Parts: sequence; structure tokens; C-alpha cells
Amino acid sequence: MKKDRIFWGTVAPLAAILSSVLLVSIILMLRGANPIEIFQVMISYGFDPRNLVSELNQTTAYYLAGVAAAIGFKMLLFNIGIDGQYRMGAFFGAVVGAAVSLPPVLHVLLIVITAMLAGGLWAAIAGYLKVRRGVSEVISNIMLNFIAAAIIAFLLGENLLGILPEGSQNVQTRPIPVSGQMPTFKMFNGEVYSFLFVAILVGIAYWIMLNKTVFGFNLRATGLSFRAARSSGVNAPGMIFITTVLSGAIAGLVGLGTLLSDTHSYSMAFPSGFAFTGLSLALLGRNHPVGIFFAAFLWSFLERAAPVLEYEGVPPEIVIVMQGTIVLSIVIAYEVVARINLRQQQRAVGKVNVELAKESK
Amino acid sequence: MATDTKKDVQAKGKVKKFFTSPARITIAIAGLFFIIALVESLTGATDISSPGTSGATLRFAIPLLMAGLGGLWAERAGVINIGLEGMMIVGTWTAAWFGYLHGPLMGFVAAAIFGLASGFFHAILTVKIGIDQAVSGLAINLIAAGGARYLSGVFFPPVGGDRTVSPPVDSFPTFTIPIIAPVLESIDAQNIFFISNLAGILHGLTKDVSLVTIALLLLVPLTSWILWRSKFGLRMRFSGENPMAAESLGINVYHIRYIAISISGMLASLGGAYLALVASSVYREGQTAGRGFIGLATVIFGNWKPSGVFAGSILFGFTDALRVRQSESVMSLILVGGIVAAVLTLYYSISRQWKPGAISAVIMLVAIWIHQRVDVIPQEFVTVFPNFATLIVLTFLAQRLTPPAMAGMPYRRGSE
Repeated sequence: MKKDRIFWGTVAPLAAILSSVLLVSIILMLRGANPIEIFQVMISYGFDPRNLVSELNQTTAYYLAGVAAAIGFKMLLFNIGIDGQYRMGAFFGAVVGAAVSLPPVLHVLLIVITAMLAGGLWAAIAGYLKVRRGVSEVISNIMLNFIAAAIIAFLLGENLLGILPEGSQNVQTRPIPVSGQMPTFKMFNGEVYSFLFVAILVGIAYWIMLNKTVFGFNLRATGLSFRAARSSGVNAPGMIFITTVLSGAIAGLVGLGTLLSDTHSYSMAFPSGFAFTGLSLALLGRNHPVGIFFAAFLWSFLERAAPVLEYEGVPPEIVIVMQGTIVLSIVIAYEVVARINLRQQQRAVGKVNVELAKESK
Repeated sequence: MATDTKKDVQAKGKVKKFFTSPARITIAIAGLFFIIALVESLTGATDISSPGTSGATLRFAIPLLMAGLGGLWAERAGVINIGLEGMMIVGTWTAAWFGYLHGPLMGFVAAAIFGLASGFFHAILTVKIGIDQAVSGLAINLIAAGGARYLSGVFFPPVGGDRTVSPPVDSFPTFTIPIIAPVLESIDAQNIFFISNLAGILHGLTKDVSLVTIALLLLVPLTSWILWRSKFGLRMRFSGENPMAAESLGINVYHIRYIAISISGMLASLGGAYLALVASSVYREGQTAGRGFIGLATVIFGNWKPSGVFAGSILFGFTDALRVRQSESVMSLILVGGIVAAVLTLYYSISRQWKPGAISAVIMLVAIWIHQRVDVIPQEFVTVFPNFATLIVLTFLAQRLTPPAMAGMPYRRGSE
């Protein structure tokens, strides 16, 4: 049974990726390009050491977004609010980090905790609305994402928390002093964020929390069946709230790799769209910490290798279409597999029933 | 509708009764205009009731209205359509491209067809295959955004466009309603209290209107008629409220949902086409700017009713128009809100409803405080007003909302 699950768990994502490659190949052939050639160029460009570095750095952010989404999924929560939570975390992390001076390690720790708090508290709004008011977390989070972006855009105003550095068009927060910065380490002749290790730690903690603690058991139980968990003494609404906050806290970490090791300040140039990416990665990685890591790497790889398509005369946005189709195919694959399993189980139960009926005669 | 009447009985407030009678709605709207006129004559700001604002409001409201109606069709049939944004993008792109090739009318036709197809795609994924409705919608948003950018890069540069901007498309002709519009204009110019303000607003609605605008506005009563007066509408609402019971009465829920979601896609796409062909005359990347999501918000704001969606989109379109035109008018609008809250406070205290009375008193105080203490409302906050308002409605009025019972729930024939 377990073997079966692992088999389907790997076959389905691979099938999804394959089908999306096929679809993109067709689009490329319509454009008059040779798909095999183009994929070869993409792969050789993507695995170039220089690009591997930025891919790893991007993977750090995507991985955290994926884990944040996965925690939500375990509770059947669709945390589309990762975007707003990540913004809140990165922004307030940057503001607090620039405002204080502390010894090196403590300073970084303070920024990390601030970011988690900001992300978690922002998610708590959606959690409260879900538990107390019965508001779907999808709708409230979509609205909260827009509101978070507006609040930060407002606070970044020049008279408030933002400054306009010389020779730059982008308003940003004050830079974090050296004591609050995180070093990078050399790999493939490039600078890899050491926040990557934090991300890996988060992944391990996620796995331990889920599989080895009572809290994780309660979480999974509530996700599988709200009523069953409740009647066996789990505070199910409370679990939903805590899970939402936890997911938001992890989402608050998403921007910190860039913040602590690269820009040292928050600006409007921080990218958006982490919510759907995180959800996609959690789906693709089947909520498993290792699976999410591979998915995150695949996503960063595709995005990094996309610009090379320009030289082949293909608009690089085709990669976005590719990501979208991967997500759709993976969800469809899971759904189909689940239905086949269900049918097999029903058939097995049916057989047993028939035999029992024969015996009783 | 059974569930509605039940909830109506529960929420049998006097205000509810007050607002349901058509004559009184007219009085309420007239009262609102009176307050606006009062504020304008007190503060000297005239932009709220200027013809420019009401015209712009209509132009901003139509795309939201179409997205909202799209969301309404899907949700009434029991499927949440988060892909509205992507379907609007489909509309903007196809309208601009086919409009460029064959003229604006064909642009609209093409947007309708491709929108129908995108809705059908959502229907296959959610109804036939049964994947999560939110995942499907978000994936459609992503694929539509990426696909539009890809296709822009392929098609637009060779014909004089840009990688993000289409070549200019012929706009629809606009016309000014004869006799009525000039008369209204002259009344507006007279500066008579209240009457001129009203004339100013109406003038903006009768000047330079497009036939498309009128045609799309007619979709509101049409949707209303279909939902509450036609056999199909009854079946559609049934599929959204209780698909299993509907199925047991011989209604093919799958077919109903296929049709409803396809039409949902078509409506959203037409909203996009309006953005590209009427509100401007070009496709531009990011043109939809989250309007699909605001459309989703109008559905909630309008309590899943076509008239409510219409009111919501007018309100949100109005804030959008004010944001673009003049930020001082937002200040006077807050004063209007404060006075409305004051009137409500008075009304509630007379009828001894203390809780809503206290809420409106707080709103009144906040509005007055903002008006006295804050100079300019930051643009960012005006932009997200629709999102904020929806969140507030969800927080405080969630018990009064009557969404279709099974909207968003997966349904498979023959299973619980």
C-alpha cells in the first residue's frame, strides 16, 4: 500500500511535467521553432554554474512559500494570502531591522522573529474570519493581499518609513546595518544566501512537527475530518486558527533571503505572485518537504532559463504557460488516480460482500 | 426562494423592510443626493456631481459589473470562479487583436467566443474532472496572463505594436442623447441647489455614451429575469443550493453548470473587451489590474443578486473615478458618509435599535475625525476601498448574506 503511494506520488508529477513539455512543444512548433533544440538550450543555460546560484537563491524563497502553503493544505486551507503575508513579513522585518542596533546574531534573530510575527498576525485576520465568521479563507485572503500591498505602499511614502536613495527611482526602507545582515557563502563561483539553511531547517521542522508531535497529529486529524477530530477531543476550530497563523508565519520568511543577504532593505521591487507559486509547489511536491524542494528548484530553473528563449525568437513568457499547465495536469492526475483507487476499493468491498453473502447461504 | 425567505424572517429589521420597498429606495437615493448637494454647496467642491465624474463612473463600473455578473452566474450554479481575472485578460487580448484585424464589432464577438471557451475550460476542469475550483481558477489566471504576454510578443511587434501594447484599435462611436443632454447641461450651469447637482450627474450619463455601454447595462435586468423568472434560472439556482436534490428531480446539474460557467466566462471576457475597446482603444499588459477580483468582491457585496452586483460595481467604479480625477472629492465623499451615518444614528436611536445605532455613531465619529484631521486620503487606500469594503461586509454582515449554499463545494453525481 505504501509502495503504491510512493509510486503514484512520483509518477503523477512526472506525467504532469511531461504533458506540459508536450504542450509547449506543440506551441513552439506552431511558432516554427524546433522544440528539442530549444529545450537543450534551456537546460544547458539553466545548469550553467552562474545561473545555478541565482536559482538556488530563488529556490529558498519558493521553498518557504511552498512549505507555508503545504501547512495550510494539510488542514484543507487554501492559503492564497501568502503574498500579503510575505510582504508584511519582509517589510516589517526590514523596518525593525533598520531601527535597532544589536549584536550580530541577535539582530538577525530579531528580524526573523519580527517577520514571522508580522506574517502570522496578518494571516490571523483571515483565520479569525474563517473560524468565527465562517468566511471562506480564499475570498478574505484575496482581499487582504490587495490591502497589504496598499498599506505597505502607503507606509513606504517618503515622509513615513521610506527613503529615496540617490540615483535610484525606487523608494525603499532604510538599510539594515551590517550586524543585521546574513553572510553568503561561495558555491559555483557565486554568492548563495545562507538563508537557504534556514529554509532547510524550516522544512525539517515542518516534517517533524507534522509526523512526530501531538500537535501535528491533531492538525492532520482535523484536516482529514473536522467532525471526527472534534468529537475525539481536538479543539478543531482552534487548530484551524493556529494552522493559519503558522502558515502565515512561514510565509513571512519568504522574502528574508533577499532582504538579509542581498538588498538589506525592502522596496517596491520585491516581486509578487508568491501565493500561487507556493500553492503550486505544495501541490506538485505533494506537501512533502523533499518533494516541495524539487518543485521549487524546477520553478526557479524554468524562470531563470526563460530569458534564453529570447535569442531563439520565442517570447520567454511561454514558461508561465508551462508552469500553469504543470499545475493543472498535476491536479488532474491526482484526481484521476484518486478516483481509480476509490473504484478499486469499492470493487474490493463488493467482492467481500458477495463472498459473505454466499457463506451465509 | 426558500432559503431567502427563511433568512429574511430571521433578519426582520425595520431597515430591511425600509429598503425593500421601491418607493422608499427612491426616497433614500434622493436623500443621498440631497446630502451630496449639501456637502458640495458647503465645501465648494463640485466634482462629485460633475458630469465628468458620473461619466467616468459608468466607464469604470462596466468592467467591474461584467466581471461581477460573471461571478454571479458561476456561483449561482454552484461553482466559484476565481479565474475571472484571467478570463478578462482573454477578453482584452482577443478584443484588441480581432478588433485590429476586423474592426471593433468583431473584436467584441471574438471576445465573447473566446470568453465562452475559457469558461467552458473552467467547467470541464471543475465539473467533469472535479479538481479544486480555486486551483482551476488560479491556474486559468496564470495561463491567461502568461499566454497573453506570449501572444503579444508573437503577434504585436510585426504590426506596429509593442511587446506589451497592441496597435491602436478603432473605438466604438459614442453619441450624445439629443434634447435631454443639452437641457440637463443648461440646468447644471444654473447652479440651483440640489436640482443642478442632479442634472450634472444625469448629464454625464447621457453625454458621449456608447451603445455597447447600454447593451451591457441591459444584461443586469436580463440576468435578473433569467435567474428569477425563467425555468433555466430556477434550475441554475437549484444546482447552486442543493445539487443532489436537483439531480433527484431530474435536473442535469452538470449541463446546467457547463452552461452557466461558460456564460460566466463570456461575461467576464466582455468586461475585458470593454476595457480594451471602449474605455481605451488599445490592449495594454496589466490592463485588467485586478478587476476580476473586484468583480468577485461585488458578488459578495451585492449579496449574490444582479441588482446588488450593479450597485456594488457603481460604488466601486465611483471610487475608482474619484481616485483618477480628484483626490479632494474623496474628502467630501467622506463627509457625505459621515452625514449618512449621522442620519442612520438618529433613525436607529428613535427606533431603539442600540447596536446598529452605536455602529453608525462610531462610523460618523470616524468620518468626522478623518475629515477634520487628515488632509488627503492616500491614493493607495482609495484603490483598495472595494477590497476593504468587502472585507468589512464579510466581517460584520456575514450572517445576513445569503450565498448559494453549495457554491465552491465539489459535487459528483451519485456521491455525497
